[in-house]
Amino acid sequence: MPEQPGKNAIEVRGVRKVFGTGENQVAALDTVSVSIRENEFFTLLGPSGCGKTTLLRLIAGFDFPTAGEILLHGQDIAPLPPFKRPVNTVFQSYALFPHMTVAQNIGFGLEMLGKPKAEIEARVAQMLKLVKMEALKARRTSQISGGQQQRVALARALAPQPKVLLLDEPLSALDYKLRKEMQIELKRLQHETGITFIFVTHDQEEALTMSDRIAVMSAGKILQVGTPRDIYDRPAERFVADFIGETNFLQGTVVSKKTGVATVKFAGDATIAAGYPEGFDPSGEVTLVVRPEHADLVPDPAKGTIAGTLSNIVYFGTDTHYHVRLEGGQDFIVRHQNSRSSPVTYATGAKVGIQFEEDAARVLKY
Amino acid sequence: MAEPRVMDIKDQPGFRSIAIICLLVLYVPVLILMIFSLNSGSLVTHWEGVTLSWYGTALLNEEFHNAARNTLIISITATIVSTICATLAAIGMTRVKPWRGLAAAFMVINLPLMVPEIITAVATLSFFALIAGTFGLNFGIGNLILAHTVFCIPFAYMPIRARLEDMDLTLEYAAADLYATPWNAFRRITLPLLVPGIMSGAALAFIVSFDDFTITQLVAGPGQTTLPLYIWNQIRRPMTPEINAISTILLMVSILFVSVSFLIARRRAK
Repeated sequence: MPEQPGKNAIEVRGVRKVFGTGENQVAALDTVSVSIRENEFFTLLGPSGCGKTTLLRLIAGFDFPTAGEILLHGQDIAPLPPFKRPVNTVFQSYALFPHMTVAQNIGFGLEMLGKPKAEIEARVAQMLKLVKMEALKARRTSQISGGQQQRVALARALAPQPKVLLLDEPLSALDYKLRKEMQIELKRLQHETGITFIFVTHDQEEALTMSDRIAVMSAGKILQVGTPRDIYDRPAERFVADFIGETNFLQGTVVSKKTGVATVKFAGDATIAAGYPEGFDPSGEVTLVVRPEHADLVPDPAKGTIAGTLSNIVYFGTDTHYHVRLEGGQDFIVRHQNSRSSPVTYATGAKVGIQFEEDAARVLKY
Repeated sequence: MAEPRVMDIKDQPGFRSIAIICLLVLYVPVLILMIFSLNSGSLVTHWEGVTLSWYGTALLNEEFHNAARNTLIISITATIVSTICATLAAIGMTRVKPWRGLAAAFMVINLPLMVPEIITAVATLSFFALIAGTFGLNFGIGNLILAHTVFCIPFAYMPIRARLEDMDLTLEYAAADLYATPWNAFRRITLPLLVPGIMSGAALAFIVSFDDFTITQLVAGPGQTTLPLYIWNQIRRPMTPEINAISTILLMVSILFVSVSFLIARRRAK
C-alpha cells in the first residue's frame, strides 16, 4: 500500500526491541514498520505477549527501541524522554493520582506544560463536560467508580491536546455493559477531538467495531494491517484468520493458478477457485479458509460445494451453528442466522451439502 | 455458596491462655510501674496511697529538665537527618536502574540492625576517642547526634522503602507522560504519596533514638545526660516513685508518637 508522506501521525520504521542480555535475550519487537495516519483510530491487536504494549510504550517513551526510528509528523521522537513527547497515554490501570481531585488530575498535564491558570481552568471545565464528569470534579479519584475513573483518565490524557493518544487496553477492567458504552464513547471522543488514537487490545470484537484500521500482531511482528473488513474478509495469514472471528480451515492442494486466483482441490474431489493474499505464491499443500457465516447448508448433498454429515446443531438464539463432518473427517461449521420462519429443519445424522461462493473462500499458506 | 473454610485462631486449643500469659508478662510490669508513680509513700514497692506529687517533683526537677532537653535535641535532630538520608537511600535503591553493589549497599544500610548494639557502642566510642586524640576534635553533643543518626537510618529506611516498593510505578509513568520532568514527577507525585512512609520512618527513628541507652551511655560526655541515662543514674540510688513518674511520662511520649504516626498513616492510606 503506498503511503502518502506528511499525512502520517506516527511512522514506525524498522523498530526492534530486545529485552535482556546474552542468552536471555528476547526480541519483544522484531523489526516492525507501520504508518499510522492522522485522525485515524488505529488498533494494535494481538494475544498477550505479541509486542503490542511494547510498541505502545516505545511510542510513549517509557522504553527506547534497540534499533529503528519512530517519527511523529516526520520528526524522530525515539530518543526523547516521555515528558518531551506531545503524546499522552490512557493506562490500563488508569494510573490516576490518588492524592488529587478529579479536576486536579485532569489539569496536571497542562500545569506541567506551564499553562496560565485561567487557561487550565477553562480547559479542565471543557474536558469535564466532554466526559460528562462535571458533577464529580471535586471528588478524590478513590471516591468514584471504575467507569468514572476511566472517563477521568481519558479527560486527563486529552486535556493537553496531544498529537496522538495512546490507549493501553483501557476497557479491559470494565464489565461487559460498561465496556460497550465506553466503546461508543471512545469513538465519539475521537471524532470530536480529531486526535489520532492508537488503541491496544487483545479483544478482536473491540478492534473490529471501533477501528479505522487494525494491525494484527503476533510474536513481535505485524502480520497484517488493514481495515476491519480487510482483516476479516481477506486475512493474509492463517494466524490472522484464526485470531479474528471463527473460521473453517480446510486442507487442500493447488491444482492450477492464475493472477490472484488459485484453483484448489479439497475435501475429496471438490475444487474451488479462490483468491490469495498479495505476496503469497500458492503451491502444493495449502489452507483454505471459509467463515462459518459465508457458507450455507443445502438439504441435497449433490447441490453443495462439498458434502458431509450433520453431526451437531447448536442453537445460539440469534443464530444456529451446524457442525458438519466432511468426508475426509474434517469438521466444518456453518452459521445460519435465525429468522422468524426457517423453511428447512435439519436433523443430526442427515447427509447435507455445504454451499459457498468462490469469493467466500481464501487460499492461505498451509 | 458456603463460606470458605478459614481457620479461626480462637478455636485453637491453648490460644486463649497463651495470649493471656503473653499480655500479662508484657504489660503487668509496666502497669505496676505506672500505678506506683501515684504512690504517696516514698518506696516503689510499698503502696501507701494515691498522690500526683511525684509528677510535681519530677516536673520541677532541674536535672530532669536538662536530660529532657538533651534527649529532645538529640532525637529530633537525629530523626530529621536520618529520615532525609533514609529517604534518599530508599529512592536511590528502588527508582534507578539496578546498579552493581545494590545488594551490598542494602546490607550496609541495614547492618546496624544486625550488629550487637554494645559493639556499635564500643566502636563509636573508640572512633570519637580517635578523632579527639588525633585531630583534637570534639563535637560535644554533636557526637551523640551523629551516633544516633547513624543507627536510626535503618529504622527510618525500612518503612520508606516498603512504601516505595508498594507504590504503583505507573503513576510515575503517567506523570512523565503528562509532561512532568523527573524532578516535578518526584515533587508532585512520588513525594506526596511517600509521606506516610516518611512519617512512620521518622516516628520509628525518633522512638529508637529517644530511648537509646547502650550507645548513649558510652558516648555521652559530661553534661550530656539523656532521659534514659538519667533514669539509670537514679535507680542506683534509693529509688523513689519519682522514677516511676518520669518513666510514665516517657512512656506517654512514646505512645503519643506511635499513635499519631499510626493515625496519619491510616488517614493517608484511605
